[in-house]
Amino acid sequence: MKKYVLKRVVTAIFTLLAITLILFILMQLMPGSPFNDEKLNESQKAALYAKYGLDKPIVIQFFHYVINMFKGDLGVSYKISKNTPITQLIASRLPISIGVGFAAVMIGAVVGLLLGLLAAFKRDTVWDTLATIISVIGVSVPSYVFALALSYQFGFKLGWFPMLFSAKDVVGSSVLPSVSLSMFTMASIARFTRAEMIEVLGSDYMLLAESKGLSGNKLVFSHALRNALIPIITVLAPLVVDLMTGSLVVEKIFSIPGVGSLLVNAIQSNDYNVVIALSFIYSAMYIGIMLVVDILYGIIDPRIRVAKEGD
Amino acid sequence: MSEEKKREKILDVKDLDITFKTTAGDVHAIRGVNIDLFQGETVAIVGESGSGKSVTMRAAMGILAKNAVVNSGQIIYRYRDNKGGIDYNPDNDETAQWKEADILKMDKKWIRKHINGRRIAMVFQDPMTSLDPTMTIGKQIMEGMLWHYKIDKKDAFKRSVELLKEVGIEDAEKRMKQYPHQLSGGMRQRVVIAIALSCNPDLLICDEPTTALDVNIQAKILELIKKVQKERDIAVIYITHDLGVVAKVADYVNVMYAGKIVEVGNINEIFYDPRHPYTWGLLSAMPDLGTDDDRLYTIPGSPPNLLHEKEGDAFAPRNAYALEIDDKLEPPMFKITETHSAATWLLDERAPKVEMPPELKARIERMKKEAEANVS
Repeated sequence: MKKYVLKRVVTAIFTLLAITLILFILMQLMPGSPFNDEKLNESQKAALYAKYGLDKPIVIQFFHYVINMFKGDLGVSYKISKNTPITQLIASRLPISIGVGFAAVMIGAVVGLLLGLLAAFKRDTVWDTLATIISVIGVSVPSYVFALALSYQFGFKLGWFPMLFSAKDVVGSSVLPSVSLSMFTMASIARFTRAEMIEVLGSDYMLLAESKGLSGNKLVFSHALRNALIPIITVLAPLVVDLMTGSLVVEKIFSIPGVGSLLVNAIQSNDYNVVIALSFIYSAMYIGIMLVVDILYGIIDPRIRVAKEGD
Repeated sequence: MSEEKKREKILDVKDLDITFKTTAGDVHAIRGVNIDLFQGETVAIVGESGSGKSVTMRAAMGILAKNAVVNSGQIIYRYRDNKGGIDYNPDNDETAQWKEADILKMDKKWIRKHINGRRIAMVFQDPMTSLDPTMTIGKQIMEGMLWHYKIDKKDAFKRSVELLKEVGIEDAEKRMKQYPHQLSGGMRQRVVIAIALSCNPDLLICDEPTTALDVNIQAKILELIKKVQKERDIAVIYITHDLGVVAKVADYVNVMYAGKIVEVGNINEIFYDPRHPYTWGLLSAMPDLGTDDDRLYTIPGSPPNLLHEKEGDAFAPRNAYALEIDDKLEPPMFKITETHSAATWLLDERAPKVEMPPELKARIERMKKEAEANVS
């Protein structure tokens, strides 16, 4: 198991390096530059390029960046907030994004799970149909549409929650963005849970457990849930990533001062360093979550745990 | 079993009739089934896939699928109250009284508490899928005892180790902590048997217990079931399509076709004096190494789709000996001896005299001779 984790961590580091390189190349390919200001003449621009080291070959830039990164320096912003270190820029914004995102994952996972279980246990009834309709809507409607709809209904018309994010009421003003972000996660998990649960309920080992005379609750809790939920852990990771991309737009709609809206601004204004740093953080979070899920899966599922102990 | 001991009937299935509601329509899966079973004896239910063998037994355990509707019939289960926990044996208790319950009338809670696992236990067909993959072997064996008898965990663990040894698993203590995927198919089936025996049942229902195993293991598992049956004096019902298995284990045989018992008799009557053309077909379809004939007989056609019931005898379309009346009226059970009956119009006194196919007759003669040779 230790060997396995170590192998995975090393692979993850190389993956991140590759991602950083690709980000560098993509940034170069983007049209425009951070200093597209009509007031600047050519020599001033060249001076700015030289100042930030953008005149050097991309490989050199890349190595500089990576070395600095290991020192904990992600460079400075060129445009959005001139010469502010990006670490500082992110430090204040990341917790807000993570807070909203985490709430969304929690809401999505819990509600999705309950909805999926309800649909599976009440299979082919009105409840099942209702759950299916909710999940189809959740999967097919993008989160920003929910964001607009929710903010109109519950923010503007009913006035239950603030329409915009405010630092004074973090919890209250996080409700609508979290709920809109959670819809896709909720719907996907509901569908997946239903399918898994129905498969487990129809399995031979459930019949054997039933033939032992166990009560319905005991059957569900000691046999069905564990077997149905293990595969669900694997879909949670990609869902978290979908949620991150969803947060880009949703943060903008609710004007949440998080990393999502920062990234959108950075892309619009060609602020290379900010784009690279944030994309890097998103990638690192994704790889980190995948790694955690894989390890978790190994701990929970004996079939994988034992196989890994074998090597 | 001592000779003077009275044969106690423990299971009596009477005119069972079950329909499954499906999206395609109603499937009349069980159309009047009667089965008797006595304490300590072995009954085999033989038939093709879909003939209703498993459904009948699931009804007896009260674990029918939700879309099953019992139209009529009774499943009378006779039992004695347990007055002394997991080790109580009513055979040693003179005051133990026989009681009766119609399983079809009892509620789910009662069945779970008194029948499932505790008095009737089941061994399933495929050991590769019938154990919970995420639970240790030990937990799965202990589960029933802890649930039914509320004994403490240490005691349950000790008993489970004993059970594993009884079913022939070495390193029992190590195995207790292992998961199903770490065991071979044969071992898993032994574990399933251990689970079935864990609460000292009176009746073991084996649903094709050897179908998914290779031939070597098959024989060992059958011997194991026979051994525990003898030691514990429990009744066993085999659900199978394999007459080879039936010949090895059964006292009585019920031949089932399209949701009905078409012939019932003791093992000699079914193998040496079969009367129903379907039984003839089944016997002829057994692979035979004793002839030079390389061909393997199969019964022509396929079992009927019970979604569409036909008039008369369900077997008639596949029956080379079918009479005209077979297409109009279902044959009743004709009694041949006290234990032997068959549902075919050929046994009616007005029917033309029809003998079983000569190949089968020759084969039965050969089987008889072999059996005699084995005895002497």
